[in-house]
Amino acid sequence: MHIDLRTVSIKPQRQTFDHIARRIGPDKAASRYQEGTLDVQATHNFHYRPTWDPEHEIFDASRSAIKMADWYAFKDPRQFYYGAYTLARAKQQETAESNFDFVEGRGLADTLPAELKETVLKLLIPLRHAAWGGNMNGAFITAYGYGTALTQPCLYHSMDQLGIAQYITRVGLLLGDDVEVLDEAKKHWMEDSAWQGLRRYVEDCFVLKDPLEVYVAQMVALDGLLYPLVYETIIDNVLASQGGTPIAMLTQFMTDWYAETKKWVDATVKTAAAESPENKAQLEKWITHWRDRAAAALMPVAQIALGAQADALTSELVGQFNARLAKAGVSL
Amino acid sequence: MDMKVSKKKLGLKEKYQHMTRGLGWETTYQSMDDVFPFVKYEGIKIHDWDKWEDPFRLTMDAYWKYQAEKERKLYAIIDAYAQNNGHLSVTDARYINAVKLFLNGISPLEYMAHRGFAMTGRQFPGVGPRVACLMQSLDEIRHAQTQIHSISNYNKYYNGFHEYRHMLERVWYLSVPRSFFDDAVTAGPFEFMVAIGFSFEYVLTNLLFVPFVSGAAYNGDMGTMTFGFSAQSDEARHMTLGLEVIKFILEQDPDNLPIVQQWIDKWTWRGYRVLTLVGMMMDYMLPKRIMSWKEAWEVYFEENGGALFKDLARYGIRPPKWLDQIEQDKDHISHQAWATFYNYAAACNFHTWIPTDDEMDWLSQKYPNSFDKYYRPRLEHWREEAKKGNRFYNKTLPMLCQTCQIPMIFTEPGDPTQICYREVDYKDNKYHFCSDGCKEIFEHEPEKYIQSWLPVHQIYQGNCFNEGVDPTAEGFDPLAAVLDYYHLNFGRDNLDFEGSEDQKNFDEWRGMATKNV
Repeated sequence: MHIDLRTVSIKPQRQTFDHIARRIGPDKAASRYQEGTLDVQATHNFHYRPTWDPEHEIFDASRSAIKMADWYAFKDPRQFYYGAYTLARAKQQETAESNFDFVEGRGLADTLPAELKETVLKLLIPLRHAAWGGNMNGAFITAYGYGTALTQPCLYHSMDQLGIAQYITRVGLLLGDDVEVLDEAKKHWMEDSAWQGLRRYVEDCFVLKDPLEVYVAQMVALDGLLYPLVYETIIDNVLASQGGTPIAMLTQFMTDWYAETKKWVDATVKTAAAESPENKAQLEKWITHWRDRAAAALMPVAQIALGAQADALTSELVGQFNARLAKAGVSL
Repeated sequence: MDMKVSKKKLGLKEKYQHMTRGLGWETTYQSMDDVFPFVKYEGIKIHDWDKWEDPFRLTMDAYWKYQAEKERKLYAIIDAYAQNNGHLSVTDARYINAVKLFLNGISPLEYMAHRGFAMTGRQFPGVGPRVACLMQSLDEIRHAQTQIHSISNYNKYYNGFHEYRHMLERVWYLSVPRSFFDDAVTAGPFEFMVAIGFSFEYVLTNLLFVPFVSGAAYNGDMGTMTFGFSAQSDEARHMTLGLEVIKFILEQDPDNLPIVQQWIDKWTWRGYRVLTLVGMMMDYMLPKRIMSWKEAWEVYFEENGGALFKDLARYGIRPPKWLDQIEQDKDHISHQAWATFYNYAAACNFHTWIPTDDEMDWLSQKYPNSFDKYYRPRLEHWREEAKKGNRFYNKTLPMLCQTCQIPMIFTEPGDPTQICYREVDYKDNKYHFCSDGCKEIFEHEPEKYIQSWLPVHQIYQGNCFNEGVDPTAEGFDPLAAVLDYYHLNFGRDNLDFEGSEDQKNFDEWRGMATKNV
């Protein structure tokens, strides 16, 4: 017997779960982002204190100096829950894959001017370690941050950083003659004076205890200067004009990723700053501090590709960064 | 001679190493101890993180690609199931109570696993295990969300789902699964991995996942079945990670053996206690049964687990403690648990019932040593009493085990007519336990378990009433006040299935779908 259930119209008892309805109203259907995010993290009646941090509950808002009346005021404008996130990234990786195929298949890496190739190897490959640092920092916020609205996108960010580190590795393996380019780049990361400011920056982030400060140091300040500098300015503009377009193809993932991700970062900063004058002041203090450190750390890196122009271009980017943050309600 | 050498083709393993562990470095501006502060206090000694064998080799681009494909298929089925009122094709509306148990008791644990693996994914100094943990963290938020999304449709039509997040932190029986995971997450990173990565995901996972997913398949619940099947390939990765963790820790230093053995003992017992809920679900809540709890334990633990522990013997690991008790208990615990929920159905967010005659015959056949002797007469008695209008809902709060938080319902090994009680005096207080296992776990870490948020104690201490409620007021009804605090709708979420709104609606809707009215 075929049961054609479409002819049957049943009135639902409720549109969504009560904790969602209390936030969006009882008569509205909830989105998958909302049902997968809002209030998902436990908040009450924890059973035991962490043996690794007995001063706090398992999830504890007091780990941060940023205070929120409601940690679900944070919203991801991309509305990423796991499904939406993986679908978005799968599409981007498809583009990345065809870009790699294109460059590899036509032997475009061999057409790059030797000097430019050298610059790219020196500039780009050590950044796989910085991206790995980004992964560590995202994992930290996911683990110890408060509220799924904040922690969920931080895991996505963390895994994106791992993906970026892996894309950079592939560029290295494609451009370099052997895996030695990776060893060489790691040596630079560990020893070369051009990289020590950045490495120190990343390592200093590893010992921060406040998840929101880590957010500022990584997602706001470092990402906010590094991606415009390396990918948008150096690779997509300067090097592309010197015959480096294949490199821009190989790093398109990073450019697209940053353009998308910064909308989420802006929204997060805006929400936290709008909450209270205290939050705003705290964010201004942190962002100023980490912006200055990031700009200083990136200067010698910028010089690898930009030489004498590095100073002017970096200052310009800092200006743009300030303007961007001003829109998010933070005056620097 | 200067000649361009063609590039060496990298093997998969070597390539993956460059994509992962090649990324890390020994920090020098900050000490490694400060960067990874939690890795030593449990006493586990790791000498060389590079000895870690990656249990699977998945770069992020491949991960996104495979997982997105799975998500696309899964959500297409969830949508179709919802659109076609798939819930009306389940065997019997009683089945939906098994789904309630799942959303209330299990899905929040998936979320905790996500956060827990993010913690270990941050804390291990080795890049290989860190990446594997983070991928699992990502998978676990997938499982939490796909479960919420597919069960969301049931919530629109049936009671008992609507406050699963609120109830998780309050309702008496939900403190059992919740405290289990709180216990794991508050432990150090190595213990968490042995607790969840190994004991739960490797040793016990088949006893949790297979019953629910097969139960869904047997009972026409395509929505639940589909997320189960879709999660299966993730679970396969998690299992290989769990096993690799154990082997890695044990191979690193002989001093690790006694620590790991104690964790395996503890977490097998803790997990087994939580699985009581699953056993009950299998034997009583699925209208179309898959297999009995006892059979599941025999297949998935005694056979498969037996082989596993034989394999681990070369590291000096012996099978977990208290297996002899579990062996005796397998004839009893599901019946004892269902009897408890039948008793406390007024304070519960799913419905209970007395099995039909056919179902009792099935139970007799599956439990020839226990059912007819101990449990059938009791069920028949309750059925008779209910017929006479004497359905008894217990309002007296039970004593809970300090460790597993299950009411003291289990019987003495060897004597199913005698409740098993154990107690310990610690710092001027007396603590109560359901078993030797739970008692010993407490004695090993009393400072942890004295913190337990025991729902019954909390009620008696007055912590489970809404703000403004005055327990000294005339005519104060404590049960009603507690149910308010639970956000439990009396008469809709609780009590017997017979006569429930769920039963009435399901019959009416199915009638609309199958008959001409």
